Amino acid sequence: MSLLEVNKLVTEFDTDEGVVRALDEVSFSIEPGDTLGIVGESGCGKSVTALSIMRLLPQPIGRIVSGEVLFKGQNLAGLAIPEMEAIRGNDIGMIFQEPMTALNPVHRIGKQLTEGLMLHQSLSAQQATVEAVKILDRVGIPSPDIRMGEYPHQLSGGMRQRVVIAIALVCKPALLIADEPTTALDVTIQAQILELIKDLQAEMGMSVIMITHDLGVIAETCNKVVVMYAGKVAESANVIDLFEHPAHPYTQGLLSSIPRLETPPKSRLPIIEGMVPGLRDLPPGCRFSNRCSHASNVCTQSVPQSQLVSENHTVSCTRWPQL
Amino acid sequence: MASAMTNPLLQVDNLNMYFPVREGLMLRAKTFNRAVDGVSLQINPGETLGLVGESGCGKSTLGRCIARLYKPSAGTIRFQGEDITHMSARALRPFRQNIQMIFQDPMESLNARHTVGDILAEPFIVQGIGDSAFRSKRVAELLNTVGLPARSATRYPFEFSGGQRQRIGIARAIALNPKLVICDEPVSALDVSIQSQILNLLVDLQSEFNLSYLFIAHDLAVVKHISDRVAVMYLGNIVETADSEIIYRDAKHPYTQSLIAAIPVPDPQRRAQRIIIQGDVPSAINPPTGCHFHPRCPRAEARCKAEKPVLRELGNTQFAACHLASG
Repeated sequence: MSLLEVNKLVTEFDTDEGVVRALDEVSFSIEPGDTLGIVGESGCGKSVTALSIMRLLPQPIGRIVSGEVLFKGQNLAGLAIPEMEAIRGNDIGMIFQEPMTALNPVHRIGKQLTEGLMLHQSLSAQQATVEAVKILDRVGIPSPDIRMGEYPHQLSGGMRQRVVIAIALVCKPALLIADEPTTALDVTIQAQILELIKDLQAEMGMSVIMITHDLGVIAETCNKVVVMYAGKVAESANVIDLFEHPAHPYTQGLLSSIPRLETPPKSRLPIIEGMVPGLRDLPPGCRFSNRCSHASNVCTQSVPQSQLVSENHTVSCTRWPQL
Repeated sequence: MASAMTNPLLQVDNLNMYFPVREGLMLRAKTFNRAVDGVSLQINPGETLGLVGESGCGKSTLGRCIARLYKPSAGTIRFQGEDITHMSARALRPFRQNIQMIFQDPMESLNARHTVGDILAEPFIVQGIGDSAFRSKRVAELLNTVGLPARSATRYPFEFSGGQRQRIGIARAIALNPKLVICDEPVSALDVSIQSQILNLLVDLQSEFNLSYLFIAHDLAVVKHISDRVAVMYLGNIVETADSEIIYRDAKHPYTQSLIAAIPVPDPQRRAQRIIIQGDVPSAINPPTGCHFHPRCPRAEARCKAEKPVLRELGNTQFAACHLASG
């Protein structure tokens, strides 16, 4: 059984201009020990996917309309709030992009760390403090016992993100969801944090969902990848297949458009024309059709179905066999 | 490319920008944030100098000093041979045509209450160039140059996407045919597929109008892509400069090496066993003694703690400020 199986998940939001469908039949699965990358540009639904799994969609405007989120066989989409609260932070941890907004500025680090332990694992305040110091030490915070009594603003950005990771992992979850965990950090700090997540994963045997817009981060950390575009899964594959044999024109375009250290300076970068459509004015048929250089009539007439490219590699492109 | 024969367009020598840190009841400045500390550089006509470094290294402050949005504490800035370091706002006005800026966040740098046409006409009004018919003709030309439809002139910034807004910011920057454009993280806020569109546009405009760029960014792959030469900053100092081809193949300074090693490579087959430097960037208010990088440097020796290294030529127009680097 997969650790997490997301099945035809549909999430909608109420807006002033009517209902928008932020996720449209999104499916993927994660096995124990996997690091699954979800990659895509702003508005593709990668963060909404994380919030849907965690049942943290903004209320009352966001909701899961249909589909399943099976975590260890249990459908999280149908759970009552108290049942979900028992899982959130205990079996599934989450790291957010901006460590300053993820931490409560008026509570000491120690309080924010021990809260989960006392709530989920019924530890006494003393036991929880011991555990909290241990995890702070493990994520590389110097003099952790002193830091326990400090406030988030007393730490640097990289240190804050280490604290956020410590909070997410203090209950030893089976699944960690990391939503752009390094986007707000400098590149040398990013390298430290990615390495830390990798080490902790190996140590604790958990699975990770790594949400990012950075294909470099995906290539460095993940073994499976889901590429999302405008609320749909465009392609999913293991990481080597995806980078070596991208099947979807969008994936191909993304991979060829990033400047790399080895491209000659001032050469023209291949581009994807146009921009990501808003969820209210999607083109008919394939959502990428208005930007795709391979698009033909058939692409605007029918919604592409997921097709098998090879084992564990699927693509949602009608014209894929001819490309 | 740099040549001894051409006069540099911009020549910066020993530039300092110290911000006072005011404390106490009397708000006396006892200490200073040395955001830019003794920086020298030059940019030749038609050339792009990339300026790369982590947050707080002083790269944006340096850009703003050169655009004379700040008044530098010491040093000189010469533009086409003329010293503009201490010029008054009035004396600077003719130079402002020649030095323009593009900012990271086009939403914050465009006036939300003005139409795009007003925003693009403003540089002409400020400089007293042309009548209103001339201005609307130029606005239409500019929109066309940056790849936006002419009808954009009557719309407001919020009606555009991030990439389109950055095109508006670029159109404003090139409106007066400047010689130097300071681009401060122009693509950092944009999506991957839009980044490449904007980078291509900047390269095209450069060859069309013979622009020089100071291209400030934290992403070394982007900087290397667009620049002829690259300067690496750390805590207010330039620690290495070289041709962009050379710097990524043969970086001499340990900080440049670790910056390059830290970039996640979009190739899962080449997962690097990289050297990750530890620690955070220290504060520029109280920087480490000697070489500012020594507390994080894997190669630091006793001398690095005591003695501050200066930029040394290591051959092939490559300079590094490191006691241990060799050519």
